[in-house]
Amino acid sequence: MLTELGHFALILAFGVAIIQAVVPLIGAWRGWSGWMAVGEPAASAQFLLIGFSFAALTWAFVTSDFSLELVWANSHTDKPMLYKISGVWGNHEGSMLLWVLIVALFGAAASWFGTALPPKLRARVLSVQSMIGVAFLAFILFTSNPFVRLADPPFNGRDLNPLLQDPGLAFHPPFLYLGYVGLSMAFSFAVAALIEGRVDAAWARWVRPWTLAAWVFLTIGIALGSWWAYYELGWGGFWFWDPVENASFMPWLLAAALLHSAIVVEKREALKSWTILLAIMAFGFSLIGTFIVRSGVITSVHSFANDPERGIFILMILAGFVGGALTLYAARAGAMQARGIFGMVSRESALVLNNILLAVSALVVFVGTVWPLVAEMFWDRKLSVGAPFFNQAFTPFMLILALVLPVGAMMPWKRAKLARTIRPLIPAAVLALAVGLLAWSVGTGRSGIALVGAGLGSWLVFGALTELWVRAGRTPARILRLPRADWGKATAHGGLGVTFIGIALLTAWQAEDIRVAQIGEPFTVAGYEITLDKVEEVPGPNYTSTMATMSVREGGQLTAVLHPEKRVYPVQAMPTTEAAIDYRFTRDVYLVIGDAQADGGWAVRTYIKPFANWIWAGSILMSLGGVLSLTDRRFRVAAGARKATPVTATPAE
Amino acid sequence: MLKRLTLCLALLATPLAAVQPDEVLSDPALEARAREISKVLRCPVCQGENIDESNAEVSRDLRVAVRERLLAGDTDSQVLDYIVTRYGEYVLFEPDRRGANLVLWLVGPAALVVALGGAFVFLRNRRRDEAAGPALSEAERARLEELLKE
Repeated sequence: MLTELGHFALILAFGVAIIQAVVPLIGAWRGWSGWMAVGEPAASAQFLLIGFSFAALTWAFVTSDFSLELVWANSHTDKPMLYKISGVWGNHEGSMLLWVLIVALFGAAASWFGTALPPKLRARVLSVQSMIGVAFLAFILFTSNPFVRLADPPFNGRDLNPLLQDPGLAFHPPFLYLGYVGLSMAFSFAVAALIEGRVDAAWARWVRPWTLAAWVFLTIGIALGSWWAYYELGWGGFWFWDPVENASFMPWLLAAALLHSAIVVEKREALKSWTILLAIMAFGFSLIGTFIVRSGVITSVHSFANDPERGIFILMILAGFVGGALTLYAARAGAMQARGIFGMVSRESALVLNNILLAVSALVVFVGTVWPLVAEMFWDRKLSVGAPFFNQAFTPFMLILALVLPVGAMMPWKRAKLARTIRPLIPAAVLALAVGLLAWSVGTGRSGIALVGAGLGSWLVFGALTELWVRAGRTPARILRLPRADWGKATAHGGLGVTFIGIALLTAWQAEDIRVAQIGEPFTVAGYEITLDKVEEVPGPNYTSTMATMSVREGGQLTAVLHPEKRVYPVQAMPTTEAAIDYRFTRDVYLVIGDAQADGGWAVRTYIKPFANWIWAGSILMSLGGVLSLTDRRFRVAAGARKATPVTATPAE
Repeated sequence: MLKRLTLCLALLATPLAAVQPDEVLSDPALEARAREISKVLRCPVCQGENIDESNAEVSRDLRVAVRERLLAGDTDSQVLDYIVTRYGEYVLFEPDRRGANLVLWLVGPAALVVALGGAFVFLRNRRRDEAAGPALSEAERARLEELLKE
């Protein structure tokens, strides 16, 4: 019953979304305020209806209602409650429902907090946002209905894929979707501005927090996915340049570019049409990502044919929104008059360079991702593009970015002198060079990766600290009183540096050992003495585990006792490896247990992973930086909080 | 990432975990070369894993074949050629730099040069019409003030 109500609510939401897409738009065109006002209640209603529908589906999962095909295919009564709930979005239909729920949430948020927006702009934003809702609601209702019943309900379900039964992955999709869909807000603002024919500082002040929030969510989502891959897949890789990963990475790069170019629009009223284009492309790449993941087209052209209906539907959504927005852009971008003037060497130019580097690197990722498809379509060549390509073709852009970032961040607006900007950064540069050389000399292999990565990473960190120091007028007491936006900027840039250091040192210094270990016989890997103490069978809630007990000693001292496991999930007849990791500040000890050998020993793999944590610590710092910026007073004002602020169109900085 | 794993694992009743102890060569230098080569070779039945990480049976065969060729004294590129002639271009994760693939390799540098050139021309032209008006018109400024006061 509740299920049918949920289905019905979804259909109602579809109707409301159509009204919200059409009526406020006509109202804004004709200047009818009554029609424009329809957007706000409709946005709330749409969100509540989809929310109810999502709750009904969640309830079916929680109560293990196997008369629903989706629950039967993805759940099981023995599954822990957390994974019953995360099972709602651990499948195609449910995840699309989560997707539209978030589209509606952002639309509703714009109507709740957007009271200070000009009414016409608000009506248009809500209308465009609802068009996205209409498209995806139609996609769900016509091709991917989660509320399909089974005539003969089975007694139990087929269980969720065991790899997905993991806390890291339970929260990975919601964050990723909040990021993807958050960019729809920037898109809606961009299209509304194109219809309106004007972009000003107030517009940018609105777009930035949405973009920043979306970028923060994307950062967290990508980091969670990468951390999951690190501990779950059993060899401690953290990034694979897989098409599905690239699908989330391209919007991240463009969102990063967008939030920087929106600063120029906000503070200097320049780069307007470029910012609009970026906003369209950032969401466009979110849609491309969805298309890649959902249609399976990148894996193989042939798997596209397995589900042509869904693939073609998303392709049509993609073509409709991106094509429509770009057509509008071509017609109206000329109306965006830039006002702010700036010199060749200035903060504005530095941000242009930032945008070029981020956009070109996103293009490299895109071409690399679709190249196998292009090659097969045009030359009938079946080839692969993988990590070796991306490492060579993508990394240089990040190195240039890291090299120029601290200098660009310190440049004054309008007109700068390069020598004057660089002078305060000399100590940071010297320190960074020292760190790089230290990393180069202490490593056994004299690794160039360690030199460059650790050097650039610490250049970013020291550069961020220098900026805080200079900004506070070189007075320690004032550092804590700096605006949160300054802190956010320094934290995010420093976080990028920390991630750089983590990736470089992990790549350069990782030690690996593969062997057959006998129980009770210690072996040594890179200075760590490791003993396989025992291996036993342990039952889990919905799996059986082969669990090893291994002790790690450093200089004779016991530092950790770890339990790597092999699990078998009987319902899906699927094994997983659960690596055991001793996390420390400067290294992880990573143990994996393999198969029993004929002579009574066990295959054991040991990795010493230096500075692995720094990769994710850096990601956390980057998102924290975004959050700090978001809580800056300026944005709280823009978000409708009623507080007085100094009134200046272009703050003097 | 998920899909490829699911597929890869689903193909196997009992997986073999990546590189096995019995495959490892006794000569560490040769083994290190084998690992590097393995990272460029794609598991033909998985969704985008290299043979070094893959659990599939065919990846094991490929790993063993790579090591056999190395023991026979092949150079790295000879080993790769040997595998590619048998399994096709598809198993190579790093596409060659010939013919149409040049587009793939050069798109990044080319786009960077074009974008930097475009930005330079744009910025230079901007500076020529420095006689642009004030940042906001009076009406706009009043509206912004009104907004910020709320």
